[in-house]
Amino acid sequence: MTDVSVAFGGVTALSEVSLVVEPGQVHGLIGPNGAGKTTLFNVACGIVRADSGSITWRDRQLRRLRPDQLARLGIARTLQGVGLFAGLTVLENVMIGAHRHARAGFASALFALPRSDKDERELRTRATAALADLGAEHYADRYPGSLPYPVQKRVALARALVSSPDLLLLDEPASGLAEDEMRELGELIRTLSGRMSVLLVEHHMDLVMSVCDRVTVLDSGRLIASGTTEEVQADPAVTAAYLGEDVDVAHDAAELHSGDHSERAHRA
Amino acid sequence: MSDLQTQGQPPAGNPATAAAPASTSSRTSRIPLPESTLLRHLLAVLVCAVAAVVLLEITDPFRNSQLATLSYYAIAAGGLTVLTGLNGQISLGHGALMAVGAYTTGLFLSADEPLPLPLIFLAAVVVTSLVGALVGAAASRLHGPYLAGATLALAVGLPGLALKFKETLGGDQGLRVRAPRAPDWFGEAIKAVSGNPASATKWLAYVGAIALLITYFLLANLVRSRIGRTWRAVRDNDVAAELAGIRLGSWRVLAFVVSAACAGLGGAVLAIVVRLAAPSAFTLVLSLALLTAIVLGGLGSLLGALIGSALLVFLPQLTTDLGSAAGLDGTEAAQLAPFVYGVVLVVAMIFAPAGFVGTIRLRWLARRAKRAIARESGR
Repeated sequence: MTDVSVAFGGVTALSEVSLVVEPGQVHGLIGPNGAGKTTLFNVACGIVRADSGSITWRDRQLRRLRPDQLARLGIARTLQGVGLFAGLTVLENVMIGAHRHARAGFASALFALPRSDKDERELRTRATAALADLGAEHYADRYPGSLPYPVQKRVALARALVSSPDLLLLDEPASGLAEDEMRELGELIRTLSGRMSVLLVEHHMDLVMSVCDRVTVLDSGRLIASGTTEEVQADPAVTAAYLGEDVDVAHDAAELHSGDHSERAHRA
Repeated sequence: MSDLQTQGQPPAGNPATAAAPASTSSRTSRIPLPESTLLRHLLAVLVCAVAAVVLLEITDPFRNSQLATLSYYAIAAGGLTVLTGLNGQISLGHGALMAVGAYTTGLFLSADEPLPLPLIFLAAVVVTSLVGALVGAAASRLHGPYLAGATLALAVGLPGLALKFKETLGGDQGLRVRAPRAPDWFGEAIKAVSGNPASATKWLAYVGAIALLITYFLLANLVRSRIGRTWRAVRDNDVAAELAGIRLGSWRVLAFVVSAACAGLGGAVLAIVVRLAAPSAFTLVLSLALLTAIVLGGLGSLLGALIGSALLVFLPQLTTDLGSAAGLDGTEAAQLAPFVYGVVLVVAMIFAPAGFVGTIRLRWLARRAKRAIARESGR
């Protein structure tokens, strides 16, 4: 992603931001509210089209593609919150995630040909396996509305993972999770990085610092820092952006953490 | 009790897990059903076909013609419930789409050497599908009230074409449709089955029933497949669906085309049953009646569409009969029908807002969820 800019009306949401997600790495994206994290995500998955700049993935230009085209290229994304299909069972939700692997067409479905049944069996096997990976297989036949929030988040993650994406975009996967669930999530994200690249937007700073290989910090639509977790934590510009003033760099982990909390208090 | 647990056992590759009928998600019955969707649905069609024959043979010619009426309502309503219930698009234009099917049928039957009936029906379906694709392409960009408005324009405008092209479409008077005569084997078959005389009415009722069975068989296949699931996903959350790789526009147009095809077939059956294709038969009232039927029956359910259509056809007659029996004169008794219809609508919306089939399904799901929770806490 190079020099990407987005403006809504007269408001600049992103201004010449560049970012590279290396294959098999977990890349964190942080910044205060309104920094442009979500806009950048929306650009990366095709919901918002960048006004200028270029987005490349494996030598393909992505800037003009729609979300469904990007998804078929192997870019999956979870939504902030949950975004499950309320009228579909958990298993069906995850089967939708495997959409890009479906083979049987309209005619075989119309006449209920064996081909369609076989395709359904394969999708179901895939979806069940994805649910089992996240320990949510007991809920396969339930509807999302009747499940606790953390379980819904796991289902949403399974729906993104079932397509075996090459690039996974995670939008605040830890929001609403308890301490131990967050630890499990961290371990999971680490294991994923072997199979795919991950771009992570997250407010919980300790999670970001423990799972990410590299971190990019945005503030008011501009990139203010980028590098390894240590480099970013040591960057005075980052602490300034979070706390609004220069503070002792030595404290920054703790300060960042409290900054994160006050920010969440603002949101609530 | 077992299906949740079977689903929950070891991860991939377990054939029992893979084969569990989860797309039909809600089945817990112990009756062994064939695993193949095709066999299961063919079995259902067979049972329904037998039921239809019995129904048509034990009832008098008047009821036969009512059942023929039911068949074309139910065909169109089945298509509409897929569009509105499964894909979340509303259409006030299905009456107009039925007109397309009816006029196509009428024109083809007026030829000196008309084609065989199945081919004419197929032509009606194809023509209506094409119109549906056009409307659907526009509709896929619209939502809610805007879509309702656009399809409303179709309902109001399209029958006007018949007035414009008086020569071919018969203007206000409509197009007389020469209903095809029953083939000889039909009379013999009916005689063999029940000994009843095979009237023209009976023939048309059978044509309607066959068309209905074929339509519902194909629709049920779609609903149970990936196609139906994708439609529901688009309905529930279009952003999430698009992120999963679903091209929203194409799937919305597809739903509209399938639904229009059904409306076209419904219109074709209407044309031969009523023996007339006239603008007055395809007003907005028809479109609204279809919507009412699917909402009453339960959105998205084929059985619901059938039940709703049956209400539409039989309720007026039933109330008129009851009114006469209660001592009202003819006019008063006839006026009772819209009143009772209104009462049924209001009562249904208060006590069964999800429609008859929908409400029963919700009750059942709630009970199942409660049981599942009880099981979890007991673990």
